[in-house]
Amino acid sequence: MPIAIAFDSGGNAATEPWIKAAKPTYPCLIDRRHIVAELYDMVNVPTAVWIDERGKIVRPSEPAGVTDAFRKMNRTNFSIPTEAMNELQAKRKAYQDAIRDWVANGSNSRFALGETELLKRMHTPDDGQVRAAANFRLGEYLFENGHAEAAKKYFEEAKRLRPESWNYKRQAWALEDPMKPGGPEFWAAVDSLGEGKYYPGPEDI
Amino acid sequence: MAMDIIFGERANPGVEADVAGGGLWLNRADLKRVAGWEYKPQGFCKGEVCVPVPDARKGEFVDASGRYNLAALATLIGQPVVTDAEFNVACVGEAASERKRMLTSLDAPDFALPDLDGKMHSLSDYRGKKVFVVSWASW
Repeated sequence: MPIAIAFDSGGNAATEPWIKAAKPTYPCLIDRRHIVAELYDMVNVPTAVWIDERGKIVRPSEPAGVTDAFRKMNRTNFSIPTEAMNELQAKRKAYQDAIRDWVANGSNSRFALGETELLKRMHTPDDGQVRAAANFRLGEYLFENGHAEAAKKYFEEAKRLRPESWNYKRQAWALEDPMKPGGPEFWAAVDSLGEGKYYPGPEDI
Repeated sequence: MAMDIIFGERANPGVEADVAGGGLWLNRADLKRVAGWEYKPQGFCKGEVCVPVPDARKGEFVDASGRYNLAALATLIGQPVVTDAEFNVACVGEAASERKRMLTSLDAPDFALPDLDGKMHSLSDYRGKKVFVVSWASW
């Protein structure tokens, strides 16, 4: 059972067109406060977590079959080189195949991680990062209650305390201007990663 | 003054609180209602857990008029407290140690969120199925 979670403080207005276009056969939930990001320590989208029939985590939060291919995009004509696209498609297929393997084989699937590997891959937030979450939460509350200007300083503090969170950056930008999450500030932030990954994760799933 | 206090899943609007000196002083009933804590001889207790208050610092946590400083208690146990003085909102977040405890138990934390129609779905509704939780965003 897939459950899609929209990290969208803009609520139904932001998400409805996308959900309607997808015609999903599974629950699509609206997470204005980014609660699931807090609970599962997610810093970007799309991030996935696998949960078995007993409610146990079998794969901790990880980028869901995506690569940094978009970084090779030509920023004028928006085309992505073929090699990068092929790599992205291969990564996506490998991830989908892994999910199917898990569905078929359950805990016997090699993609259902054993406890040692699970805990090795799992990240839990430190003091600064939970403080970032509290700031984001306060900012979102102010925004939800019609105080968008007042919210900004808390979004900025969340970004400052957790710079690796693309959720904080791009959500805050989206609330200022729908073009901003894909605008010059975004590309500058991506470029400043250098060799670092936008979607960090093990090469071998 | 009336504060909106965000604690855990809930936002509690209009809680009567004294915020002098960066505190968040609540009466006994509100401390229980908002944060689930009760002050007992052993300290602040919630269910089975009690947090003792250092004797020398008692005045930071309990005052003479029977109010309790939620900000001091939260800080003592590692919960971040962020306050907006303009709109009188305080947010008490989860502690890093608690997030670690929850996640490393490998029990998937439950959540309840609405779909587009406003119908609430909990993760626990889907117990008995394999669940693939995946985030996305319009941005």
